[in-house]
Amino acid sequence: MNMPKNMEASQMPNEHGRFGPFGGQFVPETLMATLKQLEVEYAAAKNDREFHRQLDWYLKYYSGRPTSLYFARNLTQRLGGAKIYIKREDLGHTGSHKINNALGQILLAVRMGKKRVIAETGAGQHGVATATAAAAFGLQCEVYMGTEDIRRQELNVYRMKLLGAKVIGVDSGQKTLKDAINEAMRDWLGSVQTTHYVFGTVGGPHPFPMIVRDFQSVIGREIRSQMMEFEGRLPDVCIACVGGGSNAAGMFYDFISDAGVQLVGVEAGGYGIHTPMHSASISCGSPGVLHGTYTYVLQDQDGQTANVHSIAAGLDYPGVGPEHSSWYESKRVDYTAVTDDEAIDAFKLLSQTEGLIPALESSHAVAYAVKLAPKLGKDKLMVINLSGRGDKDCMEVARLEQLRQEKKEQRG
Amino acid sequence: MVNRIDQKFNELASDGRKGLFPFLVAGQPDLKTTQELIKCLETLGVSGIELGFPFTDPVADGPVIQNAFTQALAQGSSVSGIMRAIGEIRSQVSIPIIAMVSASIVYRVGVDSFLEQAARAGFDGFIIPDLSLEEAPVIAEKVKKLDLRLILLVSPTSPEDRQELIARTATGFIYYMSIAGITGEREKLPEELPGNVKRLKALSGIPVLVGFGIKSPEQVRQVCRVADGAIVGSAIVRRIAESIEQGADRDQTLVWVEDYVRELMTGIVRS
Repeated sequence: MNMPKNMEASQMPNEHGRFGPFGGQFVPETLMATLKQLEVEYAAAKNDREFHRQLDWYLKYYSGRPTSLYFARNLTQRLGGAKIYIKREDLGHTGSHKINNALGQILLAVRMGKKRVIAETGAGQHGVATATAAAAFGLQCEVYMGTEDIRRQELNVYRMKLLGAKVIGVDSGQKTLKDAINEAMRDWLGSVQTTHYVFGTVGGPHPFPMIVRDFQSVIGREIRSQMMEFEGRLPDVCIACVGGGSNAAGMFYDFISDAGVQLVGVEAGGYGIHTPMHSASISCGSPGVLHGTYTYVLQDQDGQTANVHSIAAGLDYPGVGPEHSSWYESKRVDYTAVTDDEAIDAFKLLSQTEGLIPALESSHAVAYAVKLAPKLGKDKLMVINLSGRGDKDCMEVARLEQLRQEKKEQRG
Repeated sequence: MVNRIDQKFNELASDGRKGLFPFLVAGQPDLKTTQELIKCLETLGVSGIELGFPFTDPVADGPVIQNAFTQALAQGSSVSGIMRAIGEIRSQVSIPIIAMVSASIVYRVGVDSFLEQAARAGFDGFIIPDLSLEEAPVIAEKVKKLDLRLILLVSPTSPEDRQELIARTATGFIYYMSIAGITGEREKLPEELPGNVKRLKALSGIPVLVGFGIKSPEQVRQVCRVADGAIVGSAIVRRIAESIEQGADRDQTLVWVEDYVRELMTGIVRS
């Protein structure tokens, strides 16, 4: 694991886990000793050559890194503008970028002598990645997942079980990612001495936003060297979807100090950001506290978490990682949103033009690229982070299509 | 004016008594009932009330309090409604009332605005269960300016040097959580509890109350042998939920809770 070369940015967060005003540690006291231990162990691991050697080995021989940077000739021609490259995180083991963080954190868990890990999952990709890494290292694994997500991501539920993990359905709230995090936190409060919580995104209390970002930052570093190899220069624009924001943070982090590289995070616009049915925390939210961190959140005036919606279970979350909030306020990263329908169109478009079935989460990044690329000149270089593969979503998209068809017939 | 929390502990100390602090969910099942419960619990002789502001995502709470929060929110329990409800009864109640409120609510309303509203309504202190010691100093400073108290929590997982820092920042009292985990009734309190509380008492200059898991007069007695009092939450909240489920009216609910708290009060020992 080569640590970020950009010293100024890598000094962030400060010792209180703050990225500017965002971040921090808003958690019950019971967790604090373990968060401190995690911080210390992570700092030690970061300076430990053996840890890097081991992680690099697993990333290469187990997960298959580096993932390729693929020139999407057909999509480029179809859109008629910028030259489009696709970072193929879908090719990593388990089919998404989540394995990068899961392997890193499982190695940390082993270092800390923890025999059991827990995780939350929305789309199931982080759950599968954690269950996979836990199986590889012989750790006991339990994954919390909202029952609505269990319904719409059935394939991943079976994969987790097959991998030996226990999947615990969460029936509270909207039965999605936020509620799964609540239950995982509750488990951790009672099991913290023996259990490591493999947090899946760049949110939560410090040091998770920093640790997850660092483990994911391999994405941006590879893009840099692959672009230098293919084009001899850096990309003009990098696009990633943002729910909690781990694949985006991993893509952006290495480019933060390269002012010429435009970075765009695409949030889930659901039925449209003018409706209440979306999960665009930065586009429509404001700063507040959720799940241990001060960041942009979707809340009512009393601080009660708002109901959110996205067709993509992995983006269906009312908050975002604190570093994204800081990048948003400093205007280093642009944040925008696309709707469910635009994501579905992109899901089909990429499947048909390039033979790549993107995850519905990643389809949001593709959908924004579809809008932006035609506006850019042919000399511009664009990279889309294809954070995961879409096999898991096929049944749900088919179901929604059928519903839509039936509605049309009723009207007709 | 002496802060009501300090005043109550002075009283208890001079009488050689320990305190019982029931936890209520504001707006379970409605704010009118909460007002009546507070008044009636005072007449039973409880030492103070911990009043929970309902929150959508209470990660430190078990299902009983979580469900009561969900129900209270569905009934329309709001921050301004709770402030109004306490303001209305404050002149009739002399025991301390402590707000148990998530940092999510405090930060959204605005730290200054929330604390000032609470001070005006007549709250005497705050328990913010998801406010770590690291995040506490800013709020501690503001609470102090209002002459209110910021209660901090200590867990069985807190290292001793950290307990010392917490004891130095906390005001009013320290809330010792009997177990590392979430709120909810427990058949048995951990065996290491008395030892842990004694050690904490030795390094803290302010009173120590024990909460989490307590449901019987025997457990109250056990806790009061070493601590300055006991906090009972889920066991009371569950009884209120059950009485609502069985279609009890407000008076019946009050009687039911009264009977139970009277029983708990028998666990209060003289030191």
